[in-house]
Amino acid sequence: MDDIFNALILLSNFVIVPGMAYGSQLAIGALGVTLIYGILRFSNFAHGDTMAFGTMATILLTWALQDWGVSISPLPTALLALPFGIACTVVLLLLTDRLVYRFLRREKAAPVVFLIASVGVMFVLNGLVRFIIGPNDQRFADGERFIMKAREFKRMTGLSEGVAFKTSQGLTIVTAVIVVAALFWFLNRTRAGKSMRAYSDNEDLALLSGINPERVVLITWTLAAALATIAGVLYGLDKSFKPFTYFQLLLPIFAAAIVGGLGNPLGAIAGGFIIAFSEVTVTYAYRKFLAYSIPGDWAPEGLVQLLSTDYKFAVSFVILVLVLLLRPTGIFGGRTAS
Amino acid sequence: MSFLSGDNMTGGYGGADILHDCTIGVEQGEIAVIVGPNGAGKSTAMKAVFGMLAIRQGAVHLDGEDITKLSPQDRVAKGMSFVPQNQNVFTSLSVEENLEMGAFIRRDDFSGTMEQVFELFPILKEKRRQPAGELSGGQRQQVAVGRALMTQPKVLMLDEPTAGVSPIVMDELFDRIIEVAKSGIAILMVEQNARQALNIADKGYVLVQGRNRYTDTGAALIANPEVRQAFLGL
Amino acid sequence: MNLTNGNLRPILMFAAMAAALATVGVVQSWSLSLAIMNLCLISAVMSLGVNIQWGYAGLFNVGVMGFAALGGVCGVLIATPPVMAAWRAGGNGIIIALFIALATILAAIFIMKRMPDGRLKKLTFTAVIVAGFFLGRAVFDPAVESIEAIEPAKTGYLGGLGLPILLSWVVGGLLAAAVAWVVGKIALGLRSDYLAIATLGISEIIIAVLKNEDWLTRGVKNVSGLPRPVPYEIDLQQALWFQEWAGYLGATPVEFSSIFVKLCYAGLFTAVLLAVLWLSERALNSPWGRMMRAIRDNEVSAEAMGKNVTGRHLQVFILGSAVIGIAGAMLTTLDGQFIPTSYQPLRFTFIIWVMVIVGGSGNNWGAVLGGFVIWFFWIEAEPIGLWLMDVLTSGMAEDSGLRKHLLNSAAHMRLMTMGLILLLVLRFSPRGLIPER
Repeated sequence: MDDIFNALILLSNFVIVPGMAYGSQLAIGALGVTLIYGILRFSNFAHGDTMAFGTMATILLTWALQDWGVSISPLPTALLALPFGIACTVVLLLLTDRLVYRFLRREKAAPVVFLIASVGVMFVLNGLVRFIIGPNDQRFADGERFIMKAREFKRMTGLSEGVAFKTSQGLTIVTAVIVVAALFWFLNRTRAGKSMRAYSDNEDLALLSGINPERVVLITWTLAAALATIAGVLYGLDKSFKPFTYFQLLLPIFAAAIVGGLGNPLGAIAGGFIIAFSEVTVTYAYRKFLAYSIPGDWAPEGLVQLLSTDYKFAVSFVILVLVLLLRPTGIFGGRTAS
Repeated sequence: MSFLSGDNMTGGYGGADILHDCTIGVEQGEIAVIVGPNGAGKSTAMKAVFGMLAIRQGAVHLDGEDITKLSPQDRVAKGMSFVPQNQNVFTSLSVEENLEMGAFIRRDDFSGTMEQVFELFPILKEKRRQPAGELSGGQRQQVAVGRALMTQPKVLMLDEPTAGVSPIVMDELFDRIIEVAKSGIAILMVEQNARQALNIADKGYVLVQGRNRYTDTGAALIANPEVRQAFLGL
Repeated sequence: MNLTNGNLRPILMFAAMAAALATVGVVQSWSLSLAIMNLCLISAVMSLGVNIQWGYAGLFNVGVMGFAALGGVCGVLIATPPVMAAWRAGGNGIIIALFIALATILAAIFIMKRMPDGRLKKLTFTAVIVAGFFLGRAVFDPAVESIEAIEPAKTGYLGGLGLPILLSWVVGGLLAAAVAWVVGKIALGLRSDYLAIATLGISEIIIAVLKNEDWLTRGVKNVSGLPRPVPYEIDLQQALWFQEWAGYLGATPVEFSSIFVKLCYAGLFTAVLLAVLWLSERALNSPWGRMMRAIRDNEVSAEAMGKNVTGRHLQVFILGSAVIGIAGAMLTTLDGQFIPTSYQPLRFTFIIWVMVIVGGSGNNWGAVLGGFVIWFFWIEAEPIGLWLMDVLTSGMAEDSGLRKHLLNSAAHMRLMTMGLILLLVLRFSPRGLIPER
C-alpha cells in the first residue's frame, strides 16, 4: 500500500506540481499573446522579449532593494519590485506602439507586416536586455525557498518519498489564480473591458458604437505588459532568468494560445496547462514511479523516459501541429483560421 | 428641408460615382424607405447620409445643421444611429452587453433606456444573458435595433433590417419599427421587400442607378402603376 | 536587369558595395575583405531563398535557421568518411528503427484515411503510434548506445558517405525541400501567423535534433575537418608553381595561399549565386511568376479566379527552402566544420529577413544587395560599435564600472542596430533599396 502512495507522491512531486507551476506561467504568457491577437490582430513575436524586459526591470530593482536591506521574507523581494517592472514595461510597450505599430494601423497594413515589425521590436528588446543585464543566467529569488520540504513531508507521513513544494511554485499558482480572476473581472465586468471584447469581436460595429480604438489599444498594451512581466518574473523565480530562454518560451506560449484558440482568453489558460503537462509528462523519467507501482521483479531497467528533456520544444510543436491539422481554430474556438 | 436630409448627393468609392444628384430626407416621427433594384445605390445613399462615404457634391443636414463633413462617430454623437446589414451585433457578447456597448458614448444612467428596449423587444429581456451569436436571425436583428436605440437617437437608420428573416418575423419587426417611429424618432431604411416596406412608409424613394426615379408617399408609390409594374412585381 | 533603361541606382549601389569591400581590403586586409565577401555571397543566396518565399508569395518563414542547418548537416552526412566500426556496432539497429518509424507513420496515415470514424479508429490509431514508438525505441536506444561508444573522443557517430562535399549542396537543398513540404502541407492555407509559428517551431526542433543526436552529428562535440572542394593552403605553399606565382605577384606564399583559397571559394559561391539569381529572375518574369505576384497582391480574387492558392504557396515555399538549404550547405563547406550550437535564430533567421526587407522585397537584385550590405555591416558593426562606445565613454574614469559594462556590452548593440534598421526601413522605405518593379 505504501508503494502506491510513494508512487503517487513521486508523480505529484515531479509531474503535477511542476506542471501546475509551469502551466500557470505559460497561461499568463499566452493570455498576453492572445489579447494582443484579439485586439491588434497579429501574433506578437516580441512577447518573449517583452517578458525578458519586464523581468529584467524587476530584477534590477530587486537587487537594489536587497542592497538597501528591504525584505518581505519569507516572500521573495522580487514581488515588491514587480509593480515597478510592470510600470517600466507598460511605458516600453506604449512607446513601441507609438513609434511602430500606430503608424502601421493608420496605413492599414497587412497582419504579416505587423508580424515583421514585431520581429524588429523583438530584435531591439533582445539587444536592449542583453545590453543592460548581459546574456547570462541571473538568479534573484530570495526569501524562504520551500513551503514544504521533502524531508519534513517524509517525517510527517513516514513514507520514503516526499513532496517538496517550492515557494516559487506556490507563489506562481496563487498569483496565476489572482491574475486570471482579475483579468476576467476586468473583461467581463468593467466598461473598458467590455469595450475591449466588443472591439475584438466586431471592429466596425465598435466604431459605430463610439468606442475609441486608440483607447482600446492602449488598454491592451497595458494589460499585455502587466501579464508579460508577471509571467516572466514568475518563470524567473521558479527557474532562472536568461534572456535567450525567454525568447525560446515564444514557442510553447504561441502553442498554448493556438491550442486554446487565438484571441480566446479562456483557451489561452487551458492551452497553457495542456502544453505544460504534456511537456512534463513526456520528458519525465518514469523508472522510479514504475518501480513503486509494479511488483518486484518487473521493474524496468532504463530511465523509461519517453523523450529527452532536450526535446521539450518538440512537445509544444507536435501539439501545435496536431491542432493545426485537426482543428485550426483551437479547442475552444478562436478567430477564423484562414 | 427635412429634419434629416441628404441633398443632391454625388459620390462613390474610388473614382467612379455611384450616386448622382440623389436626394433623401425624413421627418421626425416618420418612416422613409429607400427601394430600388439591385445595384441602384440604395445602401450607398444610406452610407452617404451617415458619413461612411465621402460625397463629392451635395450636403447632409440634421435639424438644420450642416453635418456633411462629420465622421460617422461624430454623427452618432449628434443623435444618429445606424444598423448595418451584416455583422450588426457583437456575437460573443451577451444581449445585455450588446445594449451596453450601444450606450457606450453615454455617461449618464442608461438603465431606463434599456428597460424601454426590453419593453419593445420582450424576448431580449428573456435572453439578456445569452451571447448574441446564439440567437436566431430575427432575434439578432432585434438586438441590432436595440443596440442602435441605446443612444436615444433622433434618427435611426436601418440597412435592410429584414434581410434573411421569415415573413412572420418581418411583419413583427416592421410593427416594432412603426412603434419606434411613433415615439418621435425619424427612421430611414433601405429595403429589399419593397411592397411591405412601402406599406408602412410615410415617404418612399425609388432609386435607379444612383438617381431619384420616383419620390412620393408610400401609399402613392404603391398605387402608382409604373412603380407597381417595374419595381414591385405586381 | 535591363541595363539600357537608365537603371543607374542599383548599379551605383553595387558599385558602392564593391568599394566598401575594397576599402576593407586596403585598410584592414585583403584576406579579411575576401572572408567577408564569401559570407556576403552565401548570405545573398540565403536571402534570395527568403525573397522567393516572401517577395514572390508573401510567406513569412521564421525558420530560416532550421533549413540552413539542414543544408549544413548534409556537409557532414555526405562528405565525412563512414565510421565502419560504428556501422557494424549499431548500423543495423538504426536502419531497423528507421523502418519501424516509417512503418508506424504509414500505418497511422492508413488508419486515418481508411478506417471508418469512431472510437475503434481512435483506439487503433493510438495503439499503433504507441506500439511503434516503444518498439522503435527498443531497437534504437541500444543501437545508439553502441554507436556512441565507438571512440567517442574521435568519432562516436556513424559518419558520412565519404562523397565529394559539393554533392552536399544538392542534397542539402533536397533535404530542406522535403522538410518544407511537410511543414507547408500542415501550415499553409491557414493564417499567415500559423506558418510563422510552425516554421519557428520546426527550426527549433531541427537544431535540437542536430545538437542531441550524437550518433548522427556528434552533437555538441561538433564535426570538424570536413573535406574541402578547394586546395589546402599548406599544399599550395609547398607547391613549386604556387611559390613562383606568389613571387611573381610580389606576395609571400603564406599570404597568397590564404587569398587564393578564398578566391576559389568565392568562385564557387558566385557560380551558385548567379545560377540561382538567373533562375529566380527567369521564374519571376515568367507567367508563373506573374501569377505568384497576382496571388500575393490579392489572394481572394486569385482564389475566385480558380487559382489553387495553397498549392502555389506550397511550391514557392519548397523552392525557397531548397535555396536556403543550399546556402546552408555552402556555409558548412566554407567553415570546414559543423557546429550545431552556432545556429542562433538571430544570426540565421532574422538577419536574413533584414537583408530581404532592406534590399527590397520582391526584387531579386535587391535581395542580393541586401545580403551584401547587411552582412558587411553585421561584421563591421562590432568594431564600429566598440569604437563608438570607446569614444562615448572616454570621459569616464578608466576603471569605471559603467564604462567596463558598456564596453563589454557593445557586442549586443548589433542586435539592436539590426532591429532598428528593420523598423526604420519598414517605416520610411518599405520598398527597400531596390524596389520591386
